[in-house]
Amino acid sequence: MKPRSSIATLLLLVLPLGFAGIWPLQHRIDAQRAALGVERDDIPLRSAALVKAISLEYAPFVADVYWTRVVQYYGSKRIRGETNFQLLWPLLDITTTLDSQLVIAYRFGGVFLSQPPPWGAGRPDLAVRLIERGIRDNPRYWRLYEDLGFVYYFDLKDYPKASQAFLKGSKVPGAEIWMEVMAAKIAAQGESCDTSFFLWRDIYNTTANPTIKENAFDHLKQLLLRPDCKQFAAAILRNPPRENK
Amino acid sequence: MTCLGIVALNTFREAVRDRVLYNLLFFALLMIAAAILVGQISIGIEHIVIVSLGLTSISIIGILISIFIGVSLVYKEMEKRTLYALLAKPVRRWEFLLGKFGGLVLTVVVNTAAMALGLFLALLYVKHSLDRGDLAVLVAVYFILLKLALLVALALLFSCYTTPILATLFTSGIYVVGLFVQQMKNMPEDLMGPAMAAFTRRLAYLLPNFDNYDVMGPAAHGQAIPGILILENTLYTVVYCAIVLSAAAVVFSRRDLK
Amino acid sequence: MPEAAIEIENLTKEYPFGFLNLKKKTSLDGLNMQVETGEVFGFIGPNGAGKSTTIKLLMRLIFPTAGGARILGKPIRDVSMHRDIGYLPEQPYFYDYLTAAELLGYFARFHRLTAADRKERVQRMLKKVGLETAGKIQLRKYSKGMLQRVGLAQAVLHDPRVVILDEPMSGLDPLGRREVRDIILDLKRDGRTIMFSTHILSDAEMLCDRVGVIVGGKLRGVGAPGQIVDMKTQGMEILFELSGAGNAPFLSQATRTGERYRLHVAEEELYAAIDQLRAAGARILSVSQVKATLEEFFMHLVAADRAQATSVEVSGK
Repeated sequence: MKPRSSIATLLLLVLPLGFAGIWPLQHRIDAQRAALGVERDDIPLRSAALVKAISLEYAPFVADVYWTRVVQYYGSKRIRGETNFQLLWPLLDITTTLDSQLVIAYRFGGVFLSQPPPWGAGRPDLAVRLIERGIRDNPRYWRLYEDLGFVYYFDLKDYPKASQAFLKGSKVPGAEIWMEVMAAKIAAQGESCDTSFFLWRDIYNTTANPTIKENAFDHLKQLLLRPDCKQFAAAILRNPPRENK
Repeated sequence: MTCLGIVALNTFREAVRDRVLYNLLFFALLMIAAAILVGQISIGIEHIVIVSLGLTSISIIGILISIFIGVSLVYKEMEKRTLYALLAKPVRRWEFLLGKFGGLVLTVVVNTAAMALGLFLALLYVKHSLDRGDLAVLVAVYFILLKLALLVALALLFSCYTTPILATLFTSGIYVVGLFVQQMKNMPEDLMGPAMAAFTRRLAYLLPNFDNYDVMGPAAHGQAIPGILILENTLYTVVYCAIVLSAAAVVFSRRDLK
Repeated sequence: MPEAAIEIENLTKEYPFGFLNLKKKTSLDGLNMQVETGEVFGFIGPNGAGKSTTIKLLMRLIFPTAGGARILGKPIRDVSMHRDIGYLPEQPYFYDYLTAAELLGYFARFHRLTAADRKERVQRMLKKVGLETAGKIQLRKYSKGMLQRVGLAQAVLHDPRVVILDEPMSGLDPLGRREVRDIILDLKRDGRTIMFSTHILSDAEMLCDRVGVIVGGKLRGVGAPGQIVDMKTQGMEILFELSGAGNAPFLSQATRTGERYRLHVAEEELYAAIDQLRAAGARILSVSQVKATLEEFFMHLVAADRAQATSVEVSGK
């Protein structure tokens, strides 16, 4: 019986003591690596086509994994206060190549690729590229036209193109009527406080993604504080708009 | 019952006693974890994530079972010589072979059906209801079954004349090549010359095309899958399996047992 | 005249080997043999002689290079003929996840027996081979001897007319071997034809109506055990005691253990030898006939085959 009891004793001692030692050790290693500045965020494979090939027939699932990475990447950058979002485009590129119908990825990219730091990557050109790809693969999703118009309006300040995007989107079956109205208003007036307010509010009300929602809220706040929108802000506060259902 | 059926049921019994179906426990845990956690990490696309995760797991687990058990189906009986007493009964070699095929396919069907049930329960938990778009998920599961039947047939063929390791390599190799058959058909001529491109294109039509069964994207996004595709894929599988199993029967019927 | 149960005609098996499989090893060379209906036929030979090869060819586990065979008048490629054959493989191995009862039930299904019939036969067979209490244990827990018994049970479960057993005594203790012998004799009494291969020559001598001796892939003799050994010359053995040195010419041929001597002489020299020994003062203890055993004949053949001799020299020993 002796050998058996000594093995049991050994296990009872070694296992808990061992793991008790591993726990703090790992924390220390993590701290050291963070101090070293080892880039935690990196994509070993940049080629979307290659990733798709490697995914065999599981591309939609791998797309979901990459989408999770996109959200984590953006969130962790914001938490750390970093403003360099250079991996955002490759991650979104891969995600949408793997699953061209993952609309949320195009929408997220439309918002955070185009916006300048600290909110986003400051690359409205890439945002346009991404959204146009999304429209090509999901022609019945009219909100992508809204997102395209959004980028032209807010970030590129190209009002004719913004108007065109809203107009095209208004023709997609199921599009809301305000798209046509918006197209005409932007064509006539270009940028205006009420147009900007309306667009950000629509994003805020219709998105389920908490990151996009938070971002839209921040922009709405900023808009109401702009000196040239004082009158508009006062009017809003007197008559707050009803929630979109 | 025919000799084929007798062998098939015994093969199924062997799989059950070999605890193959225990993988369902792992799958159940995976689905439960996914259903609970998905809301936290993929808001707005819970349905997409559950469906792609579920179908991916069903496919991978099914492939592992089909290949790893399939490659030793006949080999094991020859090595262990359990086949000797069996072939002394009034059963033809091809009946034995088809019975083995039927038994493993039955195992895979039962396993997949149980996993599909788990997937739908997870979907129900997350969405609180099922709709017409979820029919596409059922079709995707059916296509996975067709794919697995073809893999079992291929594994069985290789099991008749080579070792399990080589049979695994050959079967997996054909599976991976079969996923890229579409690209082979579209091989640009300037890359390899017109004659080679033509040969590659013809070869692409002869090789089993596993891309046919890939409808995970449409299923995840609730897109309807045309009925005619279901029929054609079924026919394709039946015909291809018939080809592979005939080849296996020919190889096996002339093989000297050790 | 009843048709032979098993007829083997020029059965040959060659195995290719070597570079590009160009060389051939002949495992069985033009075997011609018959097993008569209702007899117990022993097939004896050393390892690698071709016994198992012959049996596997009959059961279509391997395929002949030339020649053929018929069992109960049907060619061996006719699978339906297997309804009337029972077969026990050498060192049998069965599905270890099944119990003995499940295995027998499984095999019984192939013979299209009704469920009730299957159940009854399985119970009866388990009892017959002494496994009735172990019927519900998985075969992976069975000893070699128990597996042999299960093998025998599955071979005779469906009352076959011909039973072919490959080394049926292998792995059995003396009690087990006795039981197998009894089963074989039972089968014979029921009018079945039994062919079995064995190394244990005493069993062959005891059980068989006829034996076939195969060495190096060739049949060396077929006949009743007694007939085969008659090919060898018999002699006489004299056992005697002699104290002190004696003077007799035959004494030099005797083997000595203490004061006892053993002398082998030809039958015709018996009386001359006895007279000589008595004259020398020997006390004769016994005189008996030297019967050449099957074993000696067999060993002789094996040695001759190894020496590649073309004729077999028969010695008196």
